Amino acid sequence: MDERKGKYTTVSIPVTLYNRIKKLIEGTGFTSVSQYVTYVLREIVAAHEEARYEEPFTQEDKERILERLRRLGYL
Amino acid sequence: MVSKPHGGRLVDRVARGRRRELLLDEAKELPRLEVGFDRAVDLEDIAHGVYSPLEGFMVQEDYLHVLYDMRLSTDHPWTIPIVLDADPEELGDVREGDDLALTHRGRVLAVMRVEEIYGWDKREYARMVYKTTDPKHPGVAKIYGMKELLVGGPIDLVDELPNPLERYTLWPAETRVLFRERGWRRIVGFQTRNVPHLGHEYVQKAALTFVDGLFINPLVGWKKPGDYRDEVILAAYEALVKHYYPRNVVVLAALRMNMRYAGPREAIHHAIVRKNFGCTHFIVGRDHAGVGDYYGPYEAWEIFQEFPDLGITPLFIREAFYCRKCGGMVNEKVCPHGDEHRVRISGTKLREMLRRGEKPPKTMMRPEVAEAVMSFDNPFVEA
Repeated sequence: MDERKGKYTTVSIPVTLYNRIKKLIEGTGFTSVSQYVTYVLREIVAAHEEARYEEPFTQEDKERILERLRRLGYL
Repeated sequence: MVSKPHGGRLVDRVARGRRRELLLDEAKELPRLEVGFDRAVDLEDIAHGVYSPLEGFMVQEDYLHVLYDMRLSTDHPWTIPIVLDADPEELGDVREGDDLALTHRGRVLAVMRVEEIYGWDKREYARMVYKTTDPKHPGVAKIYGMKELLVGGPIDLVDELPNPLERYTLWPAETRVLFRERGWRRIVGFQTRNVPHLGHEYVQKAALTFVDGLFINPLVGWKKPGDYRDEVILAAYEALVKHYYPRNVVVLAALRMNMRYAGPREAIHHAIVRKNFGCTHFIVGRDHAGVGDYYGPYEAWEIFQEFPDLGITPLFIREAFYCRKCGGMVNEKVCPHGDEHRVRISGTKLREMLRRGEKPPKTMMRPEVAEAVMSFDNPFVEA
Protein backbone atom coordinates (compact mmCIF):
# COMPACT_ATOMS: atom_id res chain seq x y z
CA MET A 1 0.00 0.00 0.00
CA ASP A 2 1.84 3.09 -1.13
CA GLU A 3 -1.11 5.45 -1.31
CA ARG A 4 -0.19 7.29 1.87
CA LYS A 5 3.20 7.99 3.36
CA GLY A 6 3.54 5.90 6.50
CA LYS A 7 5.71 6.89 9.43
CA TYR A 8 9.18 5.46 9.06
CA THR A 9 12.37 5.55 11.06
CA THR A 10 15.95 4.55 10.31
CA VAL A 11 17.66 1.45 11.63
CA SER A 12 21.31 0.82 10.81
CA ILE A 13 22.53 -2.44 9.40
CA PRO A 14 26.03 -3.27 8.18
CA VAL A 15 26.67 -2.28 4.57
CA THR A 16 27.79 -5.84 3.83
CA LEU A 17 24.42 -7.16 4.97
CA TYR A 18 22.64 -4.46 3.00
CA ASN A 19 24.48 -5.51 -0.16
CA ARG A 20 23.83 -9.17 0.51
CA ILE A 21 20.08 -8.53 0.84
CA LYS A 22 20.08 -6.29 -2.22
CA LYS A 23 21.49 -9.16 -4.24
CA LEU A 24 19.13 -11.68 -2.65
CA ILE A 25 15.97 -9.78 -3.56
CA GLU A 26 16.83 -9.26 -7.21
CA GLY A 27 14.04 -10.68 -9.33
CA THR A 28 11.75 -11.30 -6.34
CA GLY A 29 8.62 -9.39 -5.43
CA PHE A 30 10.57 -7.23 -2.97
CA THR A 31 11.26 -3.79 -4.38
CA SER A 32 13.71 -2.55 -1.74
CA VAL A 33 15.97 -3.74 1.05
CA SER A 34 13.76 -1.87 3.54
CA GLN A 35 10.70 -3.75 2.34
CA TYR A 36 12.49 -7.07 2.75
CA VAL A 37 13.86 -6.23 6.19
CA THR A 38 10.40 -5.10 7.36
CA TYR A 39 8.89 -8.36 6.10
CA VAL A 40 11.47 -10.55 7.80
CA LEU A 41 11.40 -8.59 11.06
CA ARG A 42 7.62 -8.81 11.29
CA GLU A 43 7.83 -12.57 10.89
CA ILE A 44 10.45 -12.88 13.63
CA VAL A 45 8.83 -10.42 16.03
CA ALA A 46 5.49 -12.24 15.73
CA ALA A 47 7.19 -15.56 16.54
CA HIS A 48 8.84 -14.06 19.63
CA GLU A 49 5.56 -12.55 20.82
CA GLU A 50 3.84 -15.91 20.35
CA ALA A 51 6.30 -17.61 22.67
CA ARG A 52 5.50 -15.22 25.53
CA TYR A 53 1.72 -15.60 25.63
CA GLU A 54 -0.29 -17.05 28.51
CA GLU A 55 -4.10 -17.17 28.69
CA PRO A 56 -5.46 -14.52 31.05
CA PHE A 57 -8.23 -16.69 32.54
CA THR A 58 -8.60 -16.99 36.27
CA GLN A 59 -9.58 -20.40 37.64
CA GLU A 60 -13.03 -18.94 38.30
CA ASP A 61 -13.39 -17.84 34.63
CA LYS A 62 -12.33 -21.27 33.52
CA GLU A 63 -14.86 -23.02 35.77
CA ARG A 64 -17.63 -20.75 34.49
CA ILE A 65 -16.68 -21.54 30.89
CA LEU A 66 -16.39 -25.28 31.53
CA GLU A 67 -19.82 -25.31 33.14
CA ARG A 68 -21.38 -23.63 30.09
CA LEU A 69 -19.56 -25.95 27.68
CA ARG A 70 -20.89 -28.97 29.58
CA ARG A 71 -24.40 -27.54 29.64
CA LEU A 72 -24.34 -27.03 25.87
CA GLY A 73 -23.02 -30.53 25.29
CA TYR A 74 -19.58 -29.56 23.98
CA LEU A 75 -17.89 -31.49 26.79
CA MET B 1 -0.70 -25.06 20.90
CA VAL B 2 -3.95 -23.09 20.65
CA SER B 3 -3.20 -19.86 18.78
CA LYS B 4 -2.30 -16.72 20.68
CA PRO B 5 -4.98 -14.00 20.35
CA HIS B 6 -4.24 -11.36 17.76
CA GLY B 7 -2.18 -8.55 19.24
CA GLY B 8 -1.25 -10.71 22.22
CA ARG B 9 -4.31 -10.25 24.44
CA LEU B 10 -7.83 -11.61 24.37
CA VAL B 11 -10.12 -8.64 24.86
CA ASP B 12 -12.99 -8.91 27.33
CA ARG B 13 -15.16 -5.80 27.44
CA VAL B 14 -18.25 -7.49 28.82
CA ALA B 15 -19.31 -5.74 32.01
CA ARG B 16 -20.44 -8.23 34.65
CA GLY B 17 -21.84 -8.14 38.18
CA ARG B 18 -21.49 -4.91 40.15
CA ARG B 19 -19.61 -3.14 37.38
CA ARG B 20 -22.45 -3.83 34.97
CA GLU B 21 -24.98 -2.47 37.44
CA LEU B 22 -22.95 0.71 37.88
CA LEU B 23 -22.63 1.23 34.15
CA LEU B 24 -26.34 0.64 33.59
CA ASP B 25 -27.06 3.20 36.28
CA GLU B 26 -24.62 5.68 34.76
CA ALA B 27 -26.14 5.11 31.32
CA LYS B 28 -29.47 6.55 32.49
CA GLU B 29 -27.85 9.98 32.69
CA LEU B 30 -25.78 9.73 29.51
CA PRO B 31 -26.49 11.05 26.03
CA ARG B 32 -27.67 8.21 23.80
CA LEU B 33 -26.78 7.11 20.34
CA GLU B 34 -29.08 4.59 18.67
CA VAL B 35 -27.19 2.04 16.58
CA GLY B 36 -28.50 -0.32 13.91
CA PHE B 37 -28.25 -4.11 13.96
CA ASP B 38 -24.86 -4.23 12.19
CA ARG B 39 -23.17 -1.95 14.71
CA ALA B 40 -24.85 -3.79 17.60
CA VAL B 41 -23.31 -7.01 16.25
CA ASP B 42 -19.91 -5.27 16.05
CA LEU B 43 -20.34 -4.23 19.69
CA GLU B 44 -20.85 -7.82 20.79
CA ASP B 45 -17.95 -9.05 18.71
CA ILE B 46 -15.60 -6.40 20.12
CA ALA B 47 -16.69 -7.04 23.70
CA HIS B 48 -16.26 -10.82 23.46
CA GLY B 49 -12.79 -10.61 21.96
CA VAL B 50 -13.71 -11.72 18.43
CA TYR B 51 -11.94 -8.56 17.20
CA SER B 52 -9.03 -8.66 19.68
CA PRO B 53 -7.00 -6.49 20.12
CA LEU B 54 -9.73 -3.91 19.41
CA GLU B 55 -11.32 -2.59 22.59
CA GLY B 56 -13.80 -0.38 20.82
CA PHE B 57 -14.54 1.38 17.56
CA MET B 58 -11.49 2.70 15.77
CA VAL B 59 -10.04 6.15 16.30
CA GLN B 60 -8.72 7.96 13.26
CA GLU B 61 -5.11 6.86 13.56
CA ASP B 62 -6.10 3.20 13.48
CA TYR B 63 -8.69 3.84 10.81
CA LEU B 64 -6.15 5.43 8.47
CA HIS B 65 -3.50 2.80 9.16
CA VAL B 66 -6.00 0.06 8.36
CA LEU B 67 -7.21 1.81 5.25
CA TYR B 68 -3.77 2.43 3.75
CA ASP B 69 -1.36 0.01 5.40
CA MET B 70 -3.70 -2.88 6.33
CA ARG B 71 -2.31 -2.67 9.86
CA LEU B 72 -3.32 -1.17 13.19
CA SER B 73 -1.25 1.63 14.65
CA THR B 74 0.43 -1.10 16.76
CA ASP B 75 1.64 -2.66 13.47
CA HIS B 76 -0.54 -5.74 13.85
CA PRO B 77 -2.24 -6.85 10.63
CA TRP B 78 -5.84 -5.61 10.28
CA THR B 79 -7.68 -5.12 7.03
CA ILE B 80 -11.27 -4.01 7.71
CA PRO B 81 -11.99 -0.77 9.60
CA ILE B 82 -14.37 -1.36 12.49
CA VAL B 83 -16.11 1.97 12.83
CA LEU B 84 -19.16 3.56 14.40
CA ASP B 85 -20.95 6.18 12.32
CA ALA B 86 -23.18 9.00 13.51
CA ASP B 87 -24.73 12.21 12.23
CA PRO B 88 -23.70 15.52 13.87
CA GLU B 89 -27.28 16.18 15.03
CA GLU B 90 -27.45 12.76 16.71
CA LEU B 91 -24.28 13.53 18.66
CA GLY B 92 -25.52 16.95 19.75
CA ASP B 93 -23.21 18.23 22.48
CA VAL B 94 -21.21 15.04 22.83
CA ARG B 95 -17.50 15.86 22.92
CA GLU B 96 -14.31 13.85 23.02
CA GLY B 97 -13.81 12.52 26.54
CA ASP B 98 -17.55 12.14 27.18
CA ASP B 99 -19.33 8.85 27.85
CA LEU B 100 -22.09 7.80 25.51
CA ALA B 101 -24.79 5.15 25.90
CA LEU B 102 -25.14 3.06 22.75
CA THR B 103 -28.68 1.76 22.32
CA HIS B 104 -30.35 -0.63 19.93
CA ARG B 105 -34.14 -0.40 19.62
CA GLY B 106 -34.06 1.83 22.68
CA ARG B 107 -32.23 -0.65 24.91
CA VAL B 108 -28.79 0.26 26.25
CA LEU B 109 -26.26 -2.25 24.92
CA ALA B 110 -22.99 -0.53 25.77
CA VAL B 111 -21.30 2.48 27.25
CA MET B 112 -18.61 4.10 25.12
CA ARG B 113 -15.87 6.49 26.13
CA VAL B 114 -15.68 8.89 23.18
CA GLU B 115 -12.02 9.33 22.33
CA GLU B 116 -12.44 10.94 18.97
CA ILE B 117 -15.05 12.21 16.56
CA TYR B 118 -13.80 12.58 13.00
CA GLY B 119 -14.88 12.89 9.42
CA TRP B 120 -14.28 10.28 6.75
CA ASP B 121 -14.27 9.92 3.00
CA LYS B 122 -16.61 7.06 2.10
CA ARG B 123 -15.46 6.91 -1.47
CA GLU B 124 -11.86 6.56 -0.34
CA TYR B 125 -12.92 3.85 2.10
CA ALA B 126 -14.63 2.00 -0.74
CA ARG B 127 -11.64 2.38 -3.05
CA MET B 128 -9.17 1.07 -0.51
CA VAL B 129 -11.20 -1.67 1.19
CA TYR B 130 -13.39 -2.87 -1.68
CA LYS B 131 -11.11 -1.89 -4.58
CA THR B 132 -14.16 -0.37 -6.24
CA THR B 133 -16.38 2.65 -5.76
CA ASP B 134 -19.25 0.97 -7.58
CA PRO B 135 -22.45 1.44 -5.55
CA LYS B 136 -23.73 -1.87 -6.93
CA HIS B 137 -21.20 -3.69 -4.77
CA PRO B 138 -23.19 -4.65 -1.62
CA GLY B 139 -20.38 -3.66 0.74
CA VAL B 140 -19.84 -0.33 -0.97
CA ALA B 141 -23.58 0.35 -0.94
CA LYS B 142 -23.62 -0.15 2.83
CA ILE B 143 -20.69 2.24 3.28
CA TYR B 144 -22.37 4.91 1.14
CA GLY B 145 -25.46 4.54 3.31
CA MET B 146 -23.54 5.25 6.52
CA LYS B 147 -23.53 8.55 8.38
CA GLU B 148 -21.18 11.52 8.09
CA LEU B 149 -18.99 11.19 11.17
CA LEU B 150 -17.12 8.38 12.87
CA VAL B 151 -16.90 8.01 16.63
CA GLY B 152 -13.93 6.15 18.09
CA GLY B 153 -13.30 4.86 21.57
CA PRO B 154 -13.46 1.84 23.89
CA ILE B 155 -16.77 0.25 24.81
CA ASP B 156 -18.18 -1.78 27.69
CA LEU B 157 -21.00 -4.15 26.83
CA VAL B 158 -23.81 -4.13 29.38
CA ASP B 159 -26.42 -6.11 27.51
CA GLU B 160 -26.60 -8.59 24.63
CA LEU B 161 -28.82 -8.73 21.58
CA PRO B 162 -31.52 -11.42 21.69
CA ASN B 163 -29.90 -14.57 20.34
CA PRO B 164 -32.15 -17.29 18.91
CA LEU B 165 -29.04 -19.45 18.41
CA GLU B 166 -27.73 -19.12 21.96
CA ARG B 167 -27.10 -22.85 22.29
CA TYR B 168 -24.81 -22.79 19.26
CA THR B 169 -22.95 -19.64 20.24
CA LEU B 170 -19.42 -19.88 21.58
CA TRP B 171 -17.10 -16.93 22.13
CA PRO B 172 -13.29 -16.99 21.81
CA ALA B 173 -12.63 -17.46 25.53
CA GLU B 174 -14.89 -20.52 25.43
CA THR B 175 -13.44 -22.16 22.34
CA ARG B 176 -9.93 -21.62 23.68
CA VAL B 177 -10.82 -23.52 26.83
CA LEU B 178 -12.71 -26.16 24.83
CA PHE B 179 -9.85 -26.83 22.43
CA ARG B 180 -7.46 -27.27 25.35
CA GLU B 181 -9.86 -29.57 27.16
CA ARG B 182 -10.00 -31.73 24.07
CA GLY B 183 -6.23 -31.78 23.88
CA TRP B 184 -6.14 -30.15 20.46
CA ARG B 185 -2.93 -28.36 19.55
CA ARG B 186 -3.62 -27.63 15.91
CA ILE B 187 -7.09 -26.47 14.95
CA VAL B 188 -8.34 -25.53 11.51
CA GLY B 189 -11.14 -22.98 11.16
CA PHE B 190 -13.77 -23.20 8.46
CA GLN B 191 -16.07 -20.32 7.70
CA THR B 192 -19.35 -20.84 5.92
CA ARG B 193 -22.71 -19.30 5.10
CA ASN B 194 -24.14 -22.38 3.36
CA VAL B 195 -25.33 -25.89 4.00
CA PRO B 196 -22.53 -28.37 3.36
CA HIS B 197 -22.19 -30.26 0.11
CA LEU B 198 -19.59 -32.88 -0.74
CA GLY B 199 -17.11 -30.25 -1.89
CA HIS B 200 -17.14 -28.56 1.53
CA GLU B 201 -16.73 -31.90 3.26
CA TYR B 202 -13.77 -32.78 1.04
CA VAL B 203 -12.00 -29.52 1.81
CA GLN B 204 -12.64 -29.85 5.55
CA LYS B 205 -11.44 -33.43 5.66
CA ALA B 206 -8.36 -32.66 3.57
CA ALA B 207 -7.43 -30.03 6.16
CA LEU B 208 -8.41 -32.20 9.11
CA THR B 209 -5.96 -34.86 7.98
CA PHE B 210 -3.11 -32.62 9.13
CA VAL B 211 -4.51 -31.13 12.33
CA ASP B 212 -6.21 -32.26 15.54
CA GLY B 213 -9.57 -30.57 15.25
CA LEU B 214 -11.94 -28.79 12.89
CA PHE B 215 -13.80 -25.67 13.99
CA ILE B 216 -16.85 -25.16 11.76
CA ASN B 217 -17.97 -21.61 12.33
CA PRO B 218 -20.99 -20.54 10.23
CA LEU B 219 -21.71 -16.83 10.05
CA VAL B 220 -25.26 -16.15 11.15
CA GLY B 221 -27.43 -13.10 11.59
CA TRP B 222 -27.98 -10.87 8.62
CA LYS B 223 -29.21 -12.74 5.52
CA LYS B 224 -30.49 -11.83 2.12
CA PRO B 225 -33.62 -13.36 0.56
CA GLY B 226 -32.89 -16.78 -0.91
CA ASP B 227 -30.09 -17.59 1.57
CA TYR B 228 -30.40 -20.68 3.75
CA ARG B 229 -31.89 -19.85 7.13
CA ASP B 230 -29.42 -20.02 10.01
CA GLU B 231 -31.12 -22.92 11.77
CA VAL B 232 -31.11 -24.89 8.49
CA ILE B 233 -27.35 -24.46 8.11
CA LEU B 234 -26.77 -25.63 11.66
CA ALA B 235 -29.12 -28.60 11.33
CA ALA B 236 -27.42 -29.61 8.07
CA TYR B 237 -24.00 -29.44 9.68
CA GLU B 238 -25.17 -31.39 12.70
CA ALA B 239 -26.32 -34.15 10.33
CA LEU B 240 -23.01 -34.14 8.49
CA VAL B 241 -20.93 -34.22 11.68
CA LYS B 242 -23.08 -36.95 13.23
CA HIS B 243 -22.91 -39.30 10.24
CA TYR B 244 -19.59 -38.56 8.55
CA TYR B 245 -17.03 -37.38 11.11
CA PRO B 246 -15.34 -39.32 13.90
CA ARG B 247 -16.39 -38.35 17.41
CA ASN B 248 -14.68 -35.37 19.00
CA VAL B 249 -12.83 -34.00 16.01
CA VAL B 250 -15.31 -31.23 15.19
CA VAL B 251 -16.63 -28.22 17.07
CA LEU B 252 -19.64 -26.57 15.44
CA ALA B 253 -20.48 -23.09 16.70
CA ALA B 254 -22.22 -20.13 15.11
CA LEU B 255 -20.81 -16.63 14.92
CA ARG B 256 -22.92 -13.53 14.49
CA MET B 257 -20.63 -11.24 12.54
CA ASN B 258 -21.17 -8.77 9.73
CA MET B 259 -20.33 -9.95 6.25
CA ARG B 260 -18.67 -7.22 4.21
CA TYR B 261 -17.99 -8.92 0.86
CA ALA B 262 -14.55 -7.32 0.77
CA GLY B 263 -12.91 -10.32 -0.91
CA PRO B 264 -9.16 -10.51 -0.19
CA ARG B 265 -9.19 -8.03 2.67
CA GLU B 266 -12.04 -9.89 4.28
CA ALA B 267 -10.23 -13.21 3.93
CA ILE B 268 -7.49 -11.79 6.18
CA HIS B 269 -10.14 -10.46 8.55
CA HIS B 270 -11.82 -13.86 8.77
CA ALA B 271 -8.47 -15.51 9.48
CA ILE B 272 -7.69 -13.04 12.29
CA VAL B 273 -11.11 -13.65 13.83
CA ARG B 274 -10.55 -17.44 13.82
CA LYS B 275 -7.10 -16.93 15.31
CA ASN B 276 -8.84 -15.21 18.21
CA PHE B 277 -11.03 -18.29 18.60
CA GLY B 278 -7.82 -20.29 19.00
CA CYS B 279 -7.40 -21.69 15.49
CA THR B 280 -3.89 -22.28 14.21
CA HIS B 281 -5.00 -22.80 10.60
CA PHE B 282 -7.74 -21.36 8.44
CA ILE B 283 -9.24 -22.66 5.21
CA VAL B 284 -9.38 -19.91 2.62
CA GLY B 285 -11.78 -20.54 -0.19
CA ARG B 286 -11.31 -19.63 -3.81
CA ASP B 287 -12.86 -16.15 -4.17
CA HIS B 288 -13.31 -16.08 -0.40
CA ALA B 289 -15.80 -13.38 0.70
CA GLY B 290 -16.04 -12.20 -2.89
CA VAL B 291 -19.10 -11.03 -4.73
CA GLY B 292 -19.79 -10.69 -8.46
CA ASP B 293 -16.56 -10.33 -10.42
CA TYR B 294 -14.98 -7.57 -8.33
CA TYR B 295 -12.04 -9.77 -7.28
CA GLY B 296 -9.86 -12.25 -9.10
CA PRO B 297 -10.51 -15.90 -8.15
CA TYR B 298 -7.18 -16.24 -6.33
CA GLU B 299 -6.77 -12.72 -4.92
CA ALA B 300 -7.95 -13.95 -1.53
CA TRP B 301 -5.04 -16.41 -1.53
CA GLU B 302 -2.39 -14.01 -2.83
CA ILE B 303 -3.00 -11.34 -0.18
CA PHE B 304 -1.73 -13.68 2.54
CA GLN B 305 1.80 -13.25 1.15
CA GLU B 306 1.78 -9.72 2.51
CA PHE B 307 1.37 -10.85 6.13
CA PRO B 308 4.29 -12.91 7.43
CA ASP B 309 3.18 -12.06 10.98
CA LEU B 310 -0.48 -13.03 10.78
CA GLY B 311 -0.07 -15.79 13.36
CA ILE B 312 -2.46 -18.21 11.67
CA THR B 313 -1.61 -20.46 8.75
CA PRO B 314 -3.88 -20.20 5.72
CA LEU B 315 -4.74 -23.41 3.92
CA PHE B 316 -5.48 -23.02 0.26
CA ILE B 317 -7.36 -26.10 -0.83
CA ARG B 318 -8.52 -26.38 -4.38
CA GLU B 319 -12.16 -26.65 -5.26
CA ALA B 320 -13.39 -30.24 -5.25
CA PHE B 321 -15.62 -32.10 -7.69
CA TYR B 322 -16.88 -35.64 -8.05
CA CYS B 323 -15.06 -37.72 -10.67
CA ARG B 324 -16.97 -40.78 -11.92
CA LYS B 325 -13.75 -42.37 -13.13
CA CYS B 326 -11.87 -41.81 -9.85
CA GLY B 327 -15.03 -42.80 -8.00
CA GLY B 328 -14.90 -40.03 -5.43
CA MET B 329 -14.29 -36.40 -4.59
CA VAL B 330 -11.06 -35.05 -6.06
CA ASN B 331 -9.57 -31.79 -7.29
CA GLU B 332 -7.68 -30.55 -10.35
CA LYS B 333 -4.35 -31.44 -8.81
CA VAL B 334 -5.08 -35.11 -8.21
CA CYS B 335 -7.50 -36.07 -10.99
CA PRO B 336 -6.25 -36.68 -14.54
CA HIS B 337 -9.68 -37.21 -16.10
CA GLY B 338 -11.57 -34.95 -18.44
CA ASP B 339 -14.60 -32.81 -17.83
CA GLU B 340 -16.92 -35.51 -19.18
CA HIS B 341 -16.23 -37.57 -16.04
CA ARG B 342 -16.57 -34.72 -13.57
CA VAL B 343 -19.62 -33.62 -11.65
CA ARG B 344 -19.16 -30.02 -10.56
CA ILE B 345 -21.15 -28.99 -7.53
CA SER B 346 -23.00 -25.77 -7.99
CA GLY B 347 -24.45 -24.13 -4.91
CA THR B 348 -27.08 -22.43 -7.03
CA LYS B 349 -28.12 -25.71 -8.64
CA LEU B 350 -28.35 -27.40 -5.25
CA ARG B 351 -30.47 -24.57 -3.93
CA GLU B 352 -32.85 -24.89 -6.89
CA MET B 353 -33.19 -28.65 -6.39
CA LEU B 354 -33.89 -28.29 -2.69
CA ARG B 355 -36.36 -25.50 -3.35
CA ARG B 356 -38.27 -27.86 -5.67
CA GLY B 357 -38.24 -30.50 -2.92
CA GLU B 358 -35.92 -32.66 -5.01
CA LYS B 359 -33.23 -34.64 -3.20
CA PRO B 360 -29.79 -33.88 -4.69
CA PRO B 361 -27.74 -36.86 -5.94
CA LYS B 362 -25.23 -38.50 -3.60
CA THR B 363 -22.42 -37.16 -5.77
CA MET B 364 -23.36 -33.67 -4.60
CA MET B 365 -24.82 -33.88 -1.12
CA ARG B 366 -25.01 -36.48 1.64
CA PRO B 367 -28.56 -37.86 1.90
CA GLU B 368 -28.68 -37.15 5.65
CA VAL B 369 -27.73 -33.53 5.00
CA ALA B 370 -30.36 -33.17 2.28
CA GLU B 371 -32.97 -34.72 4.60
CA ALA B 372 -32.06 -32.29 7.36
CA VAL B 373 -32.51 -29.36 4.98
CA MET B 374 -35.76 -30.75 3.56
CA SER B 375 -37.20 -31.32 7.03
CA PHE B 376 -37.81 -27.56 7.22
CA ASP B 377 -41.02 -26.22 5.65
CA ASN B 378 -39.06 -23.42 4.07
CA PRO B 379 -35.28 -23.67 4.37
CA PHE B 380 -34.75 -20.28 2.72
CA VAL B 381 -35.03 -16.69 3.83
CA GLU B 382 -38.18 -15.15 2.37
CA ALA B 383 -38.06 -11.93 0.37
